[in-house]
Parts: sequence; structure tokens; C-alpha cells
Amino acid sequence: MSLLSLKRLTKNFGGLTAVNNVSFDVEPGAIVGLIGPNGAGKTTVFNLITGIYAPDQGEILFAGKSLVRLRTHRIIAMGIARTFQTIRLFQNLTVLENVLAGCHCQMKGGVVASLLHTPLQRREERKAIVGAMSILSFVGLHREAQQVAKNLSYGNQRLLEIARALATRPKLLILDEPAGGMNEQETGRLVTLIRKMRDQGITILLIEHDMSLVMKVCEQIVVLEYGSKIAEGPPEAIKQDPRVIEAYLGTDSDW
Amino acid sequence: MTNQRTIITISLANVVFASLPFFLNTYWVDVLNSIGIYSILALSLNLIVGHAGLFNLGHAAFYAIGAYTAAILNTGYGIPILALLPACGFTAGVFAVLIARPIIHLRGDYLCIVTIGVGEIVRIALINDVFGVTGGANGIFGIARPSLFGFSVRSPQHFFYYIWTFAGITVCLFHLLENSRFGRALNYLREDEVAAEGSGVDTAHYKLAAFVVGAVWAGMAGNIYASKMTIISPESFTFWESVLMFAIVILGGSGSIPGMLLGAFLIVGLPELFREFANARMLVFGAAMIAMMIFRTQGILPAKQRRYSLPESSGEESGTG
Repeated sequence: MSLLSLKRLTKNFGGLTAVNNVSFDVEPGAIVGLIGPNGAGKTTVFNLITGIYAPDQGEILFAGKSLVRLRTHRIIAMGIARTFQTIRLFQNLTVLENVLAGCHCQMKGGVVASLLHTPLQRREERKAIVGAMSILSFVGLHREAQQVAKNLSYGNQRLLEIARALATRPKLLILDEPAGGMNEQETGRLVTLIRKMRDQGITILLIEHDMSLVMKVCEQIVVLEYGSKIAEGPPEAIKQDPRVIEAYLGTDSDW
Repeated sequence: MTNQRTIITISLANVVFASLPFFLNTYWVDVLNSIGIYSILALSLNLIVGHAGLFNLGHAAFYAIGAYTAAILNTGYGIPILALLPACGFTAGVFAVLIARPIIHLRGDYLCIVTIGVGEIVRIALINDVFGVTGGANGIFGIARPSLFGFSVRSPQHFFYYIWTFAGITVCLFHLLENSRFGRALNYLREDEVAAEGSGVDTAHYKLAAFVVGAVWAGMAGNIYASKMTIISPESFTFWESVLMFAIVILGGSGSIPGMLLGAFLIVGLPELFREFANARMLVFGAAMIAMMIFRTQGILPAKQRRYSLPESSGEESGTG
């Protein structure tokens, strides 16, 4: 069974059809790329999966369960995590606290436990901090744990977003332009990290404009144009697909 | 040890503060009592405004609900006022659930306007003697003093210890609350609601929870106020009260417990100190507020970063587990 399966998904904004009858599957353990020119509806697809928008038509199945009309935090708790195209960290909180946000749905302590710091609450808190620190080491940010998030470099802020997403213990990780604004060196590290996450058993779906990155890490690519899927397949096939070349002609000739 | 030094400093400050009623006259003790009640109110509003970042300019409504619950149940049914503390918190909390649930999705300024409306509706409902129990514009009088094991809290000196003990307990509990999953969740809301929801935080739930916990405490503050005054009327719960509480939070330093205490001292205490300037004091007060907002937007004692004691092995490479 596919881990994630989109079926004839459609979303209209007023008169504009942002996503038009899009279907594709993401197999467990895969790294799938979602590409397309600006305004093709890639981020809208992500927002539909994570419940920020409700689709007008179609179905989204995650491990066989429908995600349609579930609230975002419920979807996250089911095992889908995401990062944002424009960095959305909790700027004034520390790096560690940002990661603890991801741990939130794994924890239980409510108002009363929090007011009284019950033994159970303290144990849970310690466990969360240990878990958060190990995730920070995993992405290489453990030394910055007690720094304020806004003081991190741009590339590190991107990594922190990934760390926060990993803290929710996702089965599927959705990355929205993870290499945006990164230099070549940082992108190289990102590729390693993406592969490392997949080796940990996390399925990855990513939007990216850096075509060399997409072609390097993705095993399967879905191409959108004007909200419709125009191609799907492994990188070699996508590179030669005439419709894809047409859609990209003159804009991205470096691949 | 810096930690030990902090504890000693705080203990000393508490001892000095607790001995104040022996040196001050009744008038100033009463001023300190007012400051105490406003501290409790500011601490409760701080959860909503400071931590969760939800603008609430109607906090006096919860305060009023608590005070009237105490007054009605005490004068009408003779229930001891101290025993009503949980009931006052409860009614204010239930009221918060009822009014906050439909408006909780509103953002920033919209929420702010609606809370002003709620505050005014409550005040006017009290004046109009809803359900025939609020005593209209005259209010309710003859509220009993709190008494515990036969000891009756009467003089301002007695109230000083009662109010500030309650404030002290509030400070301790809210300090723990801040440094917990709950406190962090409120901060995530304030920082970025979309990212909070996208990290698995039930934002609607925590917005409501912030309102309810804040309202419960304001309701209990209302009980204390009612027993201190023995007479309450809608006049005590005007929009101006909400504005004062809001100003304490912003001026003191959003999200900071010491900030709330200092803010209460400045906003409630300073106008008393400068009484001889008569009308000019409000002018000075206003000018000081404007200056603050220009030169120190984060408040006088802004919230500090939380520090966590990290596990020893945090430097090693390890998996996500």
C-alpha cells in the first residue's frame, strides 16, 4: 500500500484552479520530488495534504486513512511533518524550544501537571529534552541549542525547521524548498541529511527549485504546470519528457 | 552558586516586604493591598496577552464574574467567602469558555475589539440587574470577611498577608506553568500560529486554555476584592480596569512575572505617591507610558530566555531514535 496517495485532487481559489485533478502516490521509503514552474500549485498541494486548505474535490489517503477535513495538528500527530517555504521558526525562542514544539504532540502533560510539575510531568520533560537534543545532533545544531532561533544563519534556520519537523516522529516528511537561500556547501550537507533521514525510514516528499538537487536525490518526480500533473517518473525520464522541457524552456536550462 | 544567591535574595526581599505593615500606616498598607490584587490580575492576564499573544481588553469581565459570584453566593446563601474561591474561579472559567470559544479564531486587533465588547456587556448587564441578583447600579453590600479557623481577616494589615500570600502562590504556580509544555505551547502560538499548528500543537485548544486559566485566576482575584471591600458595584469593573491590567502587562514586560509585579507597583502605586500633583499626575503617567513604548518596547523587565539543563551526552552524534 502506498504511504500517501492523492486521488483526483482539485482546489479552486475563486475563479483560479490552483490544483486540478492531481493524482499521485508516494511509496514508503521513497524520496519523491514535486517540481514545476512558479505558481504551478506545488505549495497548494502541500497545504492540502497538511490540512491548511480543504480540497474541493478528491481524496487524500495516508496509510489508508483519509486526511480530508482533519485539522492540521491531527495530521501532524498521524505522522506527517512539514517545513515551510518561507522559514517559519519561533524566532524569539531558543533552538531547543523550537524542537520541543515538535515534541509537543508526543507529550501529554496538561494544565494541572504543568502548574504543579508532577513527577510524571518532570520525567516526560526530561525525556523530551533528551530526544530534542539527539535530533539537534542529528542535523548538527546541538551546539546552538540554547541560542535564540533568529540569531542562526539562514542555512541553519532551514536545518532547524527540519529538526522541528523530525521531532514529531514523522513517517512522511514534506520539505517545501529546503535548499532555498542555501549556498552550495549547505546544499551539499542538505543532500546528505535528506538521504540520512530516508535511511532512518522516513519517506520524503519535497518541492525544490534547485534542479541539480532534485535530480540527485529524488527517485521519483512529479511535475505540475498550471495546477495539473504533466509528467511523473524517474529523473532520467523526466529530463527527456518533451512536455517538461517545454514547461521549463528558457527558465531552467542548467539541467 | 548563582542559584543559591538568587534564593537568598528572594527570601530576604520577601522578609523585608512581609514586615512592611509594621512600618507603614493603614493608608499605605491599603495601597499595597490594591497593588497585590492588580498583581494577581496582571499575572492572570499575562498568560493571555504576554504568553499566548492574544489581545484581551476585557479582562475586567472575568474579575467581575468572580466578584459577583462571591457576593451573590455569600450574601444570598451564607456560604463562607473563602470557601467560594474555587467557585469564583469556576464561574469565571466557564464564562471564559462560553465567550471565548466563538471568538477564538479572530486575530489580533479583531479579538481585541470583541473583548472590549464583552467587558462592556458584562458591566451593563450588571447595571441592568440581570436575573435580579446583581443589585443593579448599587451593587451588592454586606459581603462577609474571609475567616479561617475562627480567625477573621479584617484590617488592611490582615488583608495584606492574605492578598500577598495568594499573589505569592500565584507567582510560584505560574512560574512552573511557564516552564512547562503548556507554557511553551502558549509561546508557540504567540510567535507563529501557523507554524505551531504545523508542529502538532492544537492552537485552538491552547488559545481557549489560556483564556480559561487567566479567567479562573481573575475570578479568584474578584472573590478577594469582594471580601476586601464588602461592597461591590459595576463601577469597579469598568473598561478602565481592563486598560489598567493591560497596561501593567505591556509596561511591566509581556511574559515576565517580575515585570507584572513591578508593573503593578508602578501603575497602581506611583499615582498614589504623586497625589500632591493632583491632576498633573495623570499627565506625567501618560507621558511616561508614551516614553516607555518608544524607548523600551519590550517592557521594563522583559521575559528572559528559558534555560534548560541539557543531558551530558548532548555533544555526540546520534540518530533520531
